Amino acid sequence: MSVFLTQFINLLAAILLLLAFAMLAQRRVLSLIHLFTLQGATLAVSTAVVGYATAQPHLYFSAALTLLLKVILIPLLLHRVIDRLNVRWDLETLINIPTTQLVGIVLVMFAFYLAQPIAQMSATIARGTLGIALACVLLSFMMMITRSKAVPQVIGFLAMENGLFFAATAATYGMPMVVELGIALDVLVGILILGVFLFHIREQFDSLDIRHLEKLKED
Amino acid sequence: MHPLHFVLGIPLLGSLLQAFIGHRPVARAVNVAISLATFLAAAVLTADVIAHGPVFVWNREFFIDPLNVFLVTLTAFVGFTTAVFSRPYMKVELAHGKMTAPRLRLYHSMYQLFSATMLVALTTNNLGILWVAMEAATLTTVLLVSVYRTAASLEAAWKYFILCGVGIAQALFGTVLLYMAAGKLLGSSGGALLWTNLEAVKGSLDPDIMALAFAFLFIGYGTKVGLAPLHNWLPDAHAEGPTPVSAVLSGLLLNVALYAILRCKVLADGALHNHLASGLMMGFGLLSVVAAAFFLWRQKDVKRMFAYSSIEHMGLITFAFGMGGPIANFAGLLHMTVHSLIKSAIFFAVGHAAQKAGTQLMDGIRGLITVNPTVGWGLMLGSLAILGLPPFGVFASEFLILTTAMREHAWATPFLLLALGIAFAAVFARVQPMVFGETTVRRLPHPPALLPVFVHLGLGLMLGLYIPPYLNAWYAQAARLLGG
Repeated sequence: MSVFLTQFINLLAAILLLLAFAMLAQRRVLSLIHLFTLQGATLAVSTAVVGYATAQPHLYFSAALTLLLKVILIPLLLHRVIDRLNVRWDLETLINIPTTQLVGIVLVMFAFYLAQPIAQMSATIARGTLGIALACVLLSFMMMITRSKAVPQVIGFLAMENGLFFAATAATYGMPMVVELGIALDVLVGILILGVFLFHIREQFDSLDIRHLEKLKED
Repeated sequence: MHPLHFVLGIPLLGSLLQAFIGHRPVARAVNVAISLATFLAAAVLTADVIAHGPVFVWNREFFIDPLNVFLVTLTAFVGFTTAVFSRPYMKVELAHGKMTAPRLRLYHSMYQLFSATMLVALTTNNLGILWVAMEAATLTTVLLVSVYRTAASLEAAWKYFILCGVGIAQALFGTVLLYMAAGKLLGSSGGALLWTNLEAVKGSLDPDIMALAFAFLFIGYGTKVGLAPLHNWLPDAHAEGPTPVSAVLSGLLLNVALYAILRCKVLADGALHNHLASGLMMGFGLLSVVAAAFFLWRQKDVKRMFAYSSIEHMGLITFAFGMGGPIANFAGLLHMTVHSLIKSAIFFAVGHAAQKAGTQLMDGIRGLITVNPTVGWGLMLGSLAILGLPPFGVFASEFLILTTAMREHAWATPFLLLALGIAFAAVFARVQPMVFGETTVRRLPHPPALLPVFVHLGLGLMLGLYIPPYLNAWYAQAARLLGG
């Protein structure tokens, strides 16, 4: 594989990580969706490049699937949901953005530390990318924890799935086709269910603040 | 055609059928019929395995071996009895206005789809498909838990979705790593995720990758088993969903998730040659047993209490498999079977009792023995059985687990005994007044479906006294397979 292509994949991986950090700090719901779309696009490009670099034609198919699902279909759904719920211009008050970012950096180091033994002996392009993928997963996980609104939480969930997908392409050149289709189907159905849920929650609580969803506790 | 086609096809087509007719009164009977057909197909499959031994189906993508054959039968059987229980239960819910026709349609369709996803997860040989089926099972049960659309049920379902979604995402990462480890040996074809292929080369899988993979798989599927400290979703989902759903969640879904961990443990053990997998399972298993026992004391809602009891038992089973060895593995498999039978029987009885009292709060449920003696006896016997009183099957398996723990891991024994003692006191102290207390409530207006309760209890009793020879052989073979 040419050095150029390897570097290009590394660049895309770095962009993914940057986007994950940007999402962690983003307060506006609409901008979050834009960032998510961008992440999906980066993912699709990187999948296609990995497919070209390793001559694995089935990766083109999964790049197309990513493009369709994560750049077109899911953002479209999210836009419709925030329109209908009228939260398009919502601002979320995030406390401690600098602290969150610092913790994020620690998470990235942790991810690299975990992935290091694997990266060292890996013959694939996975060297740096597996660590980055794991870091994306952890950052999205943290985003889900720190958010108190339902829509950003859902976006965090989807971003985590992006990180996982990147791990699958970078580390293993894609899962078997039938598995990839199954995962895509699960994600799509999941987001549809979550979308419907958002309406139910709003109907029940007159708000999308999930702090309302903390009634079920042990006394 | 192989009977497995029917086992998977019937619930799948059934869910499609119920999507069209699920709201009609006849749908409740159709639900029973579909589940019965699935169970019969599973019975034929079992007979086939008894006669001809383990099989591969569909290009080795699906398989039946001693570890999953009894779980398939158990899943189909409890699925059927729960459908029988659900028939009168849903009629009352409809009359009370808690269910409406469209919700009933969703419920029936998802019930069948849920059965199908569990059966796929149990029979697939492909660890990727296993993940897909587990995720699909989560999605269907999220819809089942939220079916009442109350504030509490929405909260429970949201929590369930987010927590299990995150958990199962970790499992996907683990699966990716596993595939990466396998790719070096088996090539990056679809065959590299087939469990039987992996099992054949497990000794040469890369230990570094496998350690990380197992950790992620264990956290991921462990969330779904309800292991502490990732158990938060479980009591809420059990308490706020319809009772038939609580019964299948506790009785079946937790088992299926644990089954996924077991499959991964075999591979990790083979690759690692150390006690990482055993240590993780014993540690988290023990933590769940102890944590659940203390939470049991504080419950007011009867379904929440038995949900915590499920966490306790799943913890105990995980601990048993963590210890490993032929006896502990045997006990774990037996406990999985008996817990599933008895716990679903308890939920059936609790469902009728709560429906009659109009509340799930234990203070509101009193004197079942005068109101409806069979429900009362069902709940009492079920509770005694789950608490491990002889001669029920739980006693046999807990006895084996405890004696193995004493012999091999003596340090864990006091924790286990303490937790089991606390659980006994907590559950018994609450069930006793529910069954024998004073009451002014009138008798039940409708005849409850109590056959499932006593069939389950009877089977639980039988397994305590006598295990059929082929079941015994499967347990022994599966225990060998699981090693330790």
